[in-house]
Amino acid sequence: MHWTMAAMIIAMLFIGVAMVASLADYHSLVAIHRPLGIAILILVIIRYVNRKLNPPPEFIASMPPAERLAATISEKTMYAMMFAMPLIGWGMLSAARYPIVLFGPLHLPPILPHSPMLYAFLRKTHTIVAHLFFATIIAHFSAVLFHTLIVRDHLIDRMVPWKVRGGDFAGGPNT
Amino acid sequence: MLIRWAAIGVVIAGIVGAFAYTGGWFSPHRLTPARFIDTFEAVNGPHPGFRRNHAKGVCVTGFFESSGNAARISKAVVFRPGRVRVIGRFALAGGNPYAPDASGIVRSMALLFKLPDGEQWRTGINNIPIFVVKTPEAFRDQLIAFQADPATGKPDPARVQAFFAKHPESARAIPLVMSRPVSSGFENSTYNSLDAFRFIDAAGNSIPVRWSMIPVQPFVAADAAQSASQGKNYLFDALIRRINQPSEQPLRWHLVITIGDPGDPINDATIAWPANREHVDAGVLTIDHVESEQTGACRDINYDPLVLPSGIAPSDDPLLSARSATYSQSFTRRAGETKEPSAVTPAEIRQ
Repeated sequence: MHWTMAAMIIAMLFIGVAMVASLADYHSLVAIHRPLGIAILILVIIRYVNRKLNPPPEFIASMPPAERLAATISEKTMYAMMFAMPLIGWGMLSAARYPIVLFGPLHLPPILPHSPMLYAFLRKTHTIVAHLFFATIIAHFSAVLFHTLIVRDHLIDRMVPWKVRGGDFAGGPNT
Repeated sequence: MLIRWAAIGVVIAGIVGAFAYTGGWFSPHRLTPARFIDTFEAVNGPHPGFRRNHAKGVCVTGFFESSGNAARISKAVVFRPGRVRVIGRFALAGGNPYAPDASGIVRSMALLFKLPDGEQWRTGINNIPIFVVKTPEAFRDQLIAFQADPATGKPDPARVQAFFAKHPESARAIPLVMSRPVSSGFENSTYNSLDAFRFIDAAGNSIPVRWSMIPVQPFVAADAAQSASQGKNYLFDALIRRINQPSEQPLRWHLVITIGDPGDPINDATIAWPANREHVDAGVLTIDHVESEQTGACRDINYDPLVLPSGIAPSDDPLLSARSATYSQSFTRRAGETKEPSAVTPAEIRQ
């Protein structure tokens, strides 16, 4: 779920910045952007329910309090954005009263009242939150690289399906 | 150890760089939708709240009575026999919402067909036989080249010549458009899609088409001498009088689909298709109500030509995706701006 959604979300962010800067590819990229966004929304609901039912492992002993706080805040922020972004997208199209096409004749209903001002506000918000999401992902990925290559605490073992090589760090996840 | 820090730096910089490149931050000369709309705003001046092109307009409503004749070439529900509501807008090309009416200015008809199950068909069509540019870049170049020189009030001939040299298809198309017969008003104009689209039939075949709205109201030639003295909204005033005249029939147009032959260009709006191509009369549009943009539904609609029902699809005409992208940009900007009175006010409708 983590890896699938990471791939989908990174794809969405790149598709998003590409489509608003493009004339020729705008239409085809938007046509992917909408259904992929709704797919992410469906998956994040499932993922959130799963997280409540199956809590993640404890922090490893070697992580200091400040780092634990940063990790907690960034995880909560990412969940918030995974919910917010597709809802803002669905909401802004609703406020503009565009038909919300997923594919072919499959449409979603509007979820907000008709208001051009609300559309304009949500449209800007969608861009701002997208950039924040990208920045958060970069911070998250930087922290992952830090733990994997510098601290070598095998923290990444929790997420990757393969065994990370090397290092004799004593504060790994099973200590 | 240093190597590992450097490696992290390179990887992160690479990802951030790829993101920035994808978003166009390293390409200041790329024509983006935002820069396109900036060009309209630079050429026409700022008019907050208004469309950046086809700024001066009036709202209309009516219905489309589909004959069912086009159902064999498109599975779109709009072509099954029956009636659907239409929310439309008549407008003049140009970015100044208070420009005086003139017979030579391109007229547009924008329509939103409200279809069952949340589908819509939106289209914007013009009273010219072909379009004057082939690509969005040429459209931007044309806006700049034909901008009036403040000293003379006319376009700079050297810039116009340079534009024609760079865009020979426009050098051919513009004289054809300027020499077209122009009708006396919105109500008896023929409006053409200019861009080609693809109809998808029930079997999944893709059929290249263009469409036109052919008026039932007879053609009467525009009289340039008469129009000069008639007031700055004379075209809109004539349209309003005609629609509100109880003794007259509502305005009607036939939606005529032209089917392209296999060799006909479907990605070049500057080239007309031969007149002997097959035509299909899909039904009759009736316009029976007119309203100012200030109170009508059309102001807050973006007539994006790629809002299409299943059964109608874009061609690879480069203008289509560009229109969708730039209209979205214009709509986003004006949606957040305070609305000023339109040139055609509710009081003018009532007169």
